[in-house]
Amino acid sequence: MKRLGTMKKASKANFATYLGVIIAFVVVSLLKSGGVLSSSLSGLLIPVCCYVVMALSLNLTVGVLGELSLGHAGFMSVGAFSGIVAAMSLQEAIPFAPLRLAVAMVVGALFAAVAGVIVGVPVLRLRGDYLAIVTLAFGEIIKDLLTCLLVGYDSNGLHILFNASGTLTVADLGMDETGVAIIKGAQGATGTVTIATFAAGFVLILVTLFIILNLVNSRSGRAVMAIRDNRIAAESVGINITKYKLMAFVLSAALAGAAGALYGLNYSNLAASKFNFNTSILVLVFVVLGGLGNMWGSIIAAVVLTILPEALREFADYRMLVYAIVLILVMLATNNDQLKNLLKKIIPVRKGGLGDGERV
Amino acid sequence: MKKFRMIALALAAVMCVSLTACGGGDDDSKQTPDPTGTTPVAGEAFKLGGIGPLTGENAIYGTSAMNGAQIAVDEINAKGGVQLELNAQDDEADGEKGVNAYNNLKDWGMQALVGCVTTGSCIAVSTELNRDRIFGLTPSASSADVTAGKDNMFQVCFTDPNQGVTSADYMAEHMADKKIAIIYRNDDAYSQGVRDAFAAEASAKGLNIVYEGTFNKDTQTDFNVQLTGAQSQGADLVYLPIYYQPASVILSQAKQMNYAPTFFGIDGMDGILTLEGFDTALAEGVMLMTPFNAWGTDDLTKNFVTEYESRYGSTPNQFAADGYDAVYAIYNALMAAECTPDMSAADICEKLVAQFTAADFSVDGLTGTSMTWSANGEVAKAPVIVVIEGGAYVTQ
Repeated sequence: MKRLGTMKKASKANFATYLGVIIAFVVVSLLKSGGVLSSSLSGLLIPVCCYVVMALSLNLTVGVLGELSLGHAGFMSVGAFSGIVAAMSLQEAIPFAPLRLAVAMVVGALFAAVAGVIVGVPVLRLRGDYLAIVTLAFGEIIKDLLTCLLVGYDSNGLHILFNASGTLTVADLGMDETGVAIIKGAQGATGTVTIATFAAGFVLILVTLFIILNLVNSRSGRAVMAIRDNRIAAESVGINITKYKLMAFVLSAALAGAAGALYGLNYSNLAASKFNFNTSILVLVFVVLGGLGNMWGSIIAAVVLTILPEALREFADYRMLVYAIVLILVMLATNNDQLKNLLKKIIPVRKGGLGDGERV
Repeated sequence: MKKFRMIALALAAVMCVSLTACGGGDDDSKQTPDPTGTTPVAGEAFKLGGIGPLTGENAIYGTSAMNGAQIAVDEINAKGGVQLELNAQDDEADGEKGVNAYNNLKDWGMQALVGCVTTGSCIAVSTELNRDRIFGLTPSASSADVTAGKDNMFQVCFTDPNQGVTSADYMAEHMADKKIAIIYRNDDAYSQGVRDAFAAEASAKGLNIVYEGTFNKDTQTDFNVQLTGAQSQGADLVYLPIYYQPASVILSQAKQMNYAPTFFGIDGMDGILTLEGFDTALAEGVMLMTPFNAWGTDDLTKNFVTEYESRYGSTPNQFAADGYDAVYAIYNALMAAECTPDMSAADICEKLVAQFTAADFSVDGLTGTSMTWSANGEVAKAPVIVVIEGGAYVTQ
């Protein structure tokens, strides 16, 4: 009976989460169609969706699995570029843009998952902070590799060159006259047809939430969290440590890949240098500020911290200074006991209804 | 449990409120005049947007271009008559931030754009400009992809391929028997683009390239490997299609190893003489292809340099001159096409496109006389090769 009760609670919490996201989407869509939303905010909707999914997926690695990843932008990069190549080369095969976008996101997720397996298989067998070091290197390596990549598409199919010597150009791809260069080395993906939509971003957030929340509340998810809380104890009850770690990590990479594909298809130019260490840290800031393991926190932190620098444009040169001060204030405020008590006083009624051990 | 739902709903509400609140904030900013600009009465001034990196590692390019553009705007406003208003926004040389800055300017009511300053951001923004039918003139984004396929996007600077071809042609004409080494940055579209065009043209002209060395953002502080490679191949002409910061390191390291070939730079080399802590004696004899000579003796250049130095305390580089010319090109076209500030951005766009591609439209500016534009957005002007002598440019 008790187990049934907790399951019901978990699914209720999940429904509240979905409902919150759906309400936010409907409200924003209505505002947008009503013309209330400024172009500045409308333009931010898709990147916000991408960063929300990035934050949620990194939260799976950092918050649920308890491993530190410093190269999450690397998976986003793999997803973005493979997604762009898929979308650009399928232009004739799938003229319907939303379907092409969905295919691109799936392709991006698959490629990022493969990258996740390559990184994860050797590293997740180890104890300690090795994952942080390896993912840090992975992000940098992916950036350098993609800078050397030349990809074009013509009537004969895909042409891919790896320009390690730096002397090859798009002309060396040997495309016929119908050829379109998709990725041009250092310049990145140029001339991408932008097909990303806010609705697709919303669906991706829902799918991400659905996957992560169901995983967390499943047998596998409990195994993952058991590894996080006490590896030795988990091992002693027969949990296959590497398997569950790899599962969570690869899932996290795949979701980042899908977000990357959506992001890449929102801009007509995307260079590999965009996905540098700073971007990985930016996403990590979303997760840490939102609270490790707290999906709602990740969503809100990603939304607020993506919009904040744009909302601060009036401060001109001082806006990044103001941004940093806001970050510090938020961290101080969320750790302030007095403020926490104040919040409890504001919402005191529900407290009595719940057991003392209840976590929210 | 209900508490969670309450919080979830409350947070969703907060999120929505914060979104709309931001929208409201933007509306307010429409009435707020640009603090750095002059403040003509709304509706009587053309609203020019500007996008460039004003912060971050590329800030020097964006601030220079926007400072130059501001000087042009103030000069035009001082004349009386038609007024201009410039709103410069930061994009940190990033496509995502560039599009954000563009949307911000659209809310402000931008009627034409001076920007973006850097290539990557400019390609992303030019797609938006093309979709929204707003006229764009970039001071310095030099990739051919910036204007490709967009009829309302124009450039003030030379394109990358154009620079590579022009420098190869100049070498073929004046120093055909030299052994050439190239050192370029292979994770930078500008450097790679110029190198590709140069290498193609050089092989067509029968130039002798003996060595090619690459570096990237993370390795631009040491060039011993590349310089030793060039030296061991006997190169006596080193082509540097790169920006001046790494070039300054190359010059000082070559000096240390007693390697003294002729160094040949492109417009990115402009600015090396004003680099802080750089011994200008090292740059003696360096050749570069630049559209702008701050030591020029014509009145236009002299007035601009004096004004720039008194305002910002430094010698203007080619980005400043490009920004200045961009504003004057748009202004001249607005006047010639008889546009008025109350016209919509789309109407102004159509008129400006027609004007820029008109056969009789040409602009005399700091970066070239009688500049004309082709339908694909590229500028036609004469390139200038200068040699650094005694800490100043001497036109060849």
